[in-house]
Amino acid sequence: MDKMNSILRIATLSATLLASASAMAANITGAGATFPYPIYAKWAEAYKAQTGAGMNYQSIGSGGGIKQIQAKTVDFGASDAPLRPEELAKSGLSQFPTVIGGVVPVVNLAGVSAGTLKLSSDVLADIYQGKITKWNDPRIVADNASLALPDKAITVVHRADGSGTTFIFTTYLAQISASWKSDVGADKAVKWPVGTGGKGNEGVASFVQTIKNSIGYVEYAYALQNKMNFVQLKNRDGQFVKPNDDSFKAAAANAKWDKNNGFYEILTNEPGSASWPITGATFVLIPKAPEKIENAKEVLKFFDWAFANGDKMAADLDYVPLPAKLKSTIHDAWKEQVKDSSGKALWK
Amino acid sequence: MPNFLRESLHKRQTVLDSVFRNLTRFAAFSVLGLLAAIIASLVVGSMPAIHAFGFGFITSPEWDPVNDQYGALIPIVGTLITSGIALLIAIPVSLGIAIFLTQLAPQWMRRPLGIAVELLAGIPSIIYGMWGLFVFAPLFADHVEPWLNDHIGTWPLIGPFFSGPPMGIGMLTAGIILAIMIIPFIASVMRDVFDVVPTMLKESAYGLGATTWEVMMKVVLPYTKIGVVGGIMLGLGRALGETMAVTFVIGNAHELNQSLLMPGNSISSALANEFAEAVGELYTSSLIELGLILFFITFVVLSLARLMLHKLQQREGHGA
Repeated sequence: MDKMNSILRIATLSATLLASASAMAANITGAGATFPYPIYAKWAEAYKAQTGAGMNYQSIGSGGGIKQIQAKTVDFGASDAPLRPEELAKSGLSQFPTVIGGVVPVVNLAGVSAGTLKLSSDVLADIYQGKITKWNDPRIVADNASLALPDKAITVVHRADGSGTTFIFTTYLAQISASWKSDVGADKAVKWPVGTGGKGNEGVASFVQTIKNSIGYVEYAYALQNKMNFVQLKNRDGQFVKPNDDSFKAAAANAKWDKNNGFYEILTNEPGSASWPITGATFVLIPKAPEKIENAKEVLKFFDWAFANGDKMAADLDYVPLPAKLKSTIHDAWKEQVKDSSGKALWK
Repeated sequence: MPNFLRESLHKRQTVLDSVFRNLTRFAAFSVLGLLAAIIASLVVGSMPAIHAFGFGFITSPEWDPVNDQYGALIPIVGTLITSGIALLIAIPVSLGIAIFLTQLAPQWMRRPLGIAVELLAGIPSIIYGMWGLFVFAPLFADHVEPWLNDHIGTWPLIGPFFSGPPMGIGMLTAGIILAIMIIPFIASVMRDVFDVVPTMLKESAYGLGATTWEVMMKVVLPYTKIGVVGGIMLGLGRALGETMAVTFVIGNAHELNQSLLMPGNSISSALANEFAEAVGELYTSSLIELGLILFFITFVVLSLARLMLHKLQQREGHGA
């Protein structure tokens, strides 16, 4: 009898606990890009600790994120490639950036230490088009007189899945190479002229680490965490730069960030002597006229909190936080664009 | 027991019986229903691609998401070639394992070895993929592929199949990993069917002075050929649809290469890689049509196997 009682008591107690927890926190859900997953998860954890409200983010890929928010199965979607203003208008979405990162070419070359190999932009494009096939090609050697480059075939590694990282990378190649633009183009998945494909940033990273004399491209954070041999690139001003927070910031400083076109901004091949040429922002998509008003408010509250308190966490994970001026423009955009059915702004 | 009680008991049992019968019938038919539903949804999903590309979809090597042009030739070829390589390696090795385990190995060795083979069959495919990428591929690239390049790569006719930069990943690696994965399946089926050959048959053959080789070839294999072919088909079915292990090592490139050392793509790994991020109706629908084609290939292979078995059985009937 005693046992029965105690079991009952525990059951009631846990039921009450569960009920109170769900009443307290309006949990919001998001889905999309894998690139910002670490920082969104970190923000969500800290936000929950402070406010008790949970945010559940599924990193299913940018394409999946866009589909989910169009189908309204999640409260916000996330994409590494920004949607064009006309696409936003068509699906009734509002878009804003959250953090900035960079794409970094990485190599596996015996005897070449990290960050010493220099590639000018047309050389990178021609390697990925299969026009330069050996590491000791005169055009590579021209920029790297001090390095002993092997007489070995270059193995090109790219993404096998569609990816925002690929979008940023191919956008850059299309900007600097006319033949890339006409023959391959820029998208989240392209028809690669040469090379082998890895799934995800981690797939490309492990292929480059496994295959000798290979070159690949990954998000900066992956290059750092896997201690990969990154290269220096020649930017638009003709300077060789290394990928790091400062060179990403320098590139992002050129952005105009217009809230009226959904902050559509490609940060590749920006001017400035310190600018890293393959920089990009990651974006969040929210409905302009949400059905679940409470959840939409929670989403705005979450990102407002993240913009105010999350910069240190972002920097710790090797992302570049947004400049303060851009954050206030994003707040303006929320006020103007996200409204309930009576036309009243959700964000005040 | 009074009569009326016995009758009610009887009635209850008939009711239970019919409930049970209908439950099993429902279970059996629901499989058919599911199959039809899957085919229907695949066909509906691939309609836009079928309309856009028609039969050209199967013969076109184009796979260009930027211009929305898709063709299935490369993944189809990749699937067939990797599965073919896998069978080429797996059939003789499995035969060897099964013959050794049932005919030649000393009694005390049979059980532990047999269990080891079955344990291999239980390893999840992603483990094979990871092992293939991180352990097998580097060894293959450093020690085997340079040798292949230097020795077989120079031969006329088959040379071009074995030349290319030693990357460690590619069609040949994928085929070898697949072979390792399906060997336990084929071997354990073969072992089971070899075990059911009546001892009297074998003993009689030995008694007539047959060697072990002759007994295997003229008694055991003819007696069990249906089971053996069944085991091989089971392995082939698994090889055709295998996804994760192949995705790790095939190289995932939409390229048609003569060389087996170069990267390629298979239907299942193209689906696994690209489905989540596929944007646009035509892209998604082309991927669904790829799935439909894989379904079709598996169906044709299994039907051919059935047909072959049927023919074999018929011929036997006439012979006797």
